[in-house]
Amino acid sequence: MLSAQSLALIDREVAKYPADQKRSAVMGALRIALEERRSTGETPEARCLNQEVIEFVANYLEIPPVAAYEVATFYNMYDMKPVGKYKITVCTNLPCALSGGVNAAEYISGKLGIAIGETSTDGMYTLLEGECMGACGDAPVLLVNNHSMCSFMTPEAIDKKLAELK
Amino acid sequence: MLEIEIDGKKLTVPQGSTVMDAAHSVGTYIPHFCYHKKLSIAANCRMCLVEVEKAPKPLPACATPVTDGMKVHTHSDMAKKAQAGVMEFLLINHPLDCPICDQGGECQLQDLAVGYGNSASRYQEEKRVVVGKDMGPLVSAEEMSRCIHCTRCVRFTEEIGGFQEIGMANRSEFSEILPFLGKTVDSEISGNVIDLCPVGALTSKPFRYSTRAWELSRRKSVSPHDGLGANLIVQVKGNQVMRVLPLENEDINECWIADRDRFSYEGLNSAERLQKPMIKHDGKWHEADWQTALEYVVKGLNGVSRDHGKDAIGVLASPHSTTEELFMVQKLARSFGVNNVDYRLRRSDFRADAAQQGALWLGSSIVELASAKSVLVVGSTQRQEQPLLASRLRQAVKKGSELNVIHVADDALLTKLNAKLIVSPQALVNALAQVLKAVVAIKSGESAIDLAAVTVSADAQRIADSLCGAETASVVLGNVAQHHPAFSELLSLAQEIARLSGARFGVLAEAANSVGAELVGAVPTRGVFGAAVSAGLNAQQMIAEPRKAYVLLNTEVEFDSYNPQAAVAAMKSAETVIALTAFKAEGLLDYADVLLPIAPFSETAGSFVNMEGRLQTFNGVVRPQGEARPAWKVLRVLGNMLGLSGFEYTSVEEVRAEWQGKGEIAPSLNNVLASVSANVQPAASALVRVGEVPLYQADAICRRASSLQATRAAAVPVAHAAQSVLDAAGVQSGAVVVLKQGEGQVRVALEADAALPAGVVRLATAHPTTIVLGGMFDPIEIKQG
Ligand code: SF4
Ligand code: FES
Ligand code: FES
Repeated sequence: MLSAQSLALIDREVAKYPADQKRSAVMGALRIALEERRSTGETPEARCLNQEVIEFVANYLEIPPVAAYEVATFYNMYDMKPVGKYKITVCTNLPCALSGGVNAAEYISGKLGIAIGETSTDGMYTLLEGECMGACGDAPVLLVNNHSMCSFMTPEAIDKKLAELK
Repeated sequence: MLEIEIDGKKLTVPQGSTVMDAAHSVGTYIPHFCYHKKLSIAANCRMCLVEVEKAPKPLPACATPVTDGMKVHTHSDMAKKAQAGVMEFLLINHPLDCPICDQGGECQLQDLAVGYGNSASRYQEEKRVVVGKDMGPLVSAEEMSRCIHCTRCVRFTEEIGGFQEIGMANRSEFSEILPFLGKTVDSEISGNVIDLCPVGALTSKPFRYSTRAWELSRRKSVSPHDGLGANLIVQVKGNQVMRVLPLENEDINECWIADRDRFSYEGLNSAERLQKPMIKHDGKWHEADWQTALEYVVKGLNGVSRDHGKDAIGVLASPHSTTEELFMVQKLARSFGVNNVDYRLRRSDFRADAAQQGALWLGSSIVELASAKSVLVVGSTQRQEQPLLASRLRQAVKKGSELNVIHVADDALLTKLNAKLIVSPQALVNALAQVLKAVVAIKSGESAIDLAAVTVSADAQRIADSLCGAETASVVLGNVAQHHPAFSELLSLAQEIARLSGARFGVLAEAANSVGAELVGAVPTRGVFGAAVSAGLNAQQMIAEPRKAYVLLNTEVEFDSYNPQAAVAAMKSAETVIALTAFKAEGLLDYADVLLPIAPFSETAGSFVNMEGRLQTFNGVVRPQGEARPAWKVLRVLGNMLGLSGFEYTSVEEVRAEWQGKGEIAPSLNNVLASVSANVQPAASALVRVGEVPLYQADAICRRASSLQATRAAAVPVAHAAQSVLDAAGVQSGAVVVLKQGEGQVRVALEADAALPAGVVRLATAHPTTIVLGGMFDPIEIKQG
């Protein structure tokens, strides 16, 4: 279900903990699984975690599937719903909101023609609201695909960023 | 010891106690939901907030360790305000559906809301709605909006059940309790989550909407299934058993019961209950009155004894019968001159009989077994045979016991094993002999058993080290060992291991009253409390050398025998088969000639002796259905009608007094054989069957409990074997094959199973689809489908 490469990465996570506590690696393992799906998935459905993947990860770590499911559904960054090739998460918490965070989200929404929480019909973009990313001073901020942090997202900066995300 | 003051009461508690523990020890009640004495501390409901002097905020009593000199107020203004606040929050999302909720009247939330809540809610907004979940046929999770997220159910499956089957998904307002998508809750002790759930989120599916809790009367009883003897509260309405709950008994079942104990009551109310005596004339069944039926029986017995002699009669009794019934049946048989009496229908090796010096039992109390530092379980499909004991052993492992296993399949025991030897039934004796040889070496002892041919494997060495190194150790033989064709050798080896290592040893009694049956002489070689008797045939001999007449007490031979094929053939060849039964069983209708309706455990007074030799008496909780009568009365009347003396009892207490008057239980329990012997060479390597009794096929009552029969554990059995067996037979995993034993064969899917050793095919016995087959651990052939 997962590539040999991903499994090797998971093994590295597992190796960080005592042998009888593989469970500790569940967050890393789910992240790696999601990363593989995001980079190889052709459709929004294929880019997110689903029951089979979670069960696979759980079995790999020898923990009950529902225990992995609890973790996968607890944290926002594990995509449990279909997601575009580029998942754009804009911080709209108070400090950001005071510095244009909400406006940035609305601007992207207008540009992509999708409401917050939606995925574009071509499966390219998903726009989400996020919680404080610890970068309030750089507001407005957004996160692309969980990993790439973009600061000072004025409309011009957003235009430029979206042009890159093709 | 630490000093603490609770509401002005001073007390000392051991280091590590929580405020909740301390409060309980002085009988102070602190409201709580998530706290449960048998589960880990979650501290997530906050209902138990109390005021602790010098602490700035109220603290949760369940999670606050006592410190020396602590002063706690459980009813101060601060505590009361905190508790009322928590209650208000808990009620925000809780639906106001108590009038239609099954938990109404026995709901902790309802009770505490009365004590700590307000009469009206300040919350006017929308409540959240959570869709119901499917947890399988036993536990209903239809109304999950009622859940207060205490996670007791989650912790139960993980900590007591051994495998987390329920989880809490999502976060905060969106949290939901659920099983993994598409899965049901399949634990053999799952029903306990119903008792644990403090609200009406998890309720009993079979009981749902049938009656209100306050309309039920509660009566004490004892589980008639496995040898643990779990204590029960049977709840009754209108002469019908409506529900069964655990009665707490720390020595036996703690506060749990297995699903078999909880849901089997449906069998008591099944449509298959026999309501009137029935007699077969010319292949047709007719209802009869008791007088006619009993006369028919007497005529039959007298006829056979006149034509063929007393020895032509065989009596087979179920160890799920009460002690009084078993006492009466052997007394009736022996007074009549019949010595062929046996309760051990699933045994295949009776060589130990000659050397046995008392009734076989656990060899210790249940608590002693669970607290032994090292335990070796030989030949037990533990979770199927003894669901609660298996769970108790898991708890023991958590507390540091070493669990060792010698078995014929590497079943998931959901716990950590110190060492295991998984071998085919034919190598079981050799495996145990390896342990003995290692023990002999460690202790520089000597054994009467010749161990020259045995090579000690690394795992056997580990088991021996564990047993010899532990302060307290136990070796116990499960059902597979007891039904095994070399039981006497396994028992001999266990005895030697125990003798040399200082361990205790015994058997895990298969049925609720196996020990009772041994004690009151429902065996052909020993009478009541081991009294000398003229020996008769044992269960196997009665089948192998068919009798002309059989008396069956509570027995359906096709499900209860080691070799159903041979047993049914023997029944069919008999001139008459007299069945005392609570059920109009298909098999009995086929081979019996007269059916006498007797009362199951819920409808008669009686007693069971559990695996630790504890006598537990109980009364009937409802009146017998139809014309059913307690079996001891039926047997008494038969005694009278056969003209035998000593059958003048007027109550079950008189029967009990009689057998109790003949001896003492404790000194009559003895696993030590007068002489030991074992052939330690593994037997020739024919393909053999591993045919255990499925979880819900063990006795007549649970076989008819419809909800249990709808569980995954009750699915139609398929065969399993190691890949090497499939390769040798040239079949793919999942292919349908024909499995043959003797004259019988079944078509069944054969799946590869890495948990099985080479040389075996595992296919359950005691199931309607497999009763045409032969012995449980006998050779079996695979033919291409
Ligand atoms: S379902 Fe019941 S036991 Fe489980 S978390 Fe909810 S309230 Fe607690
Ligand atoms: S509030 Fe947006 S990054 Fe902190
Ligand atoms: S009982 Fe203490 S927090 Fe729930």
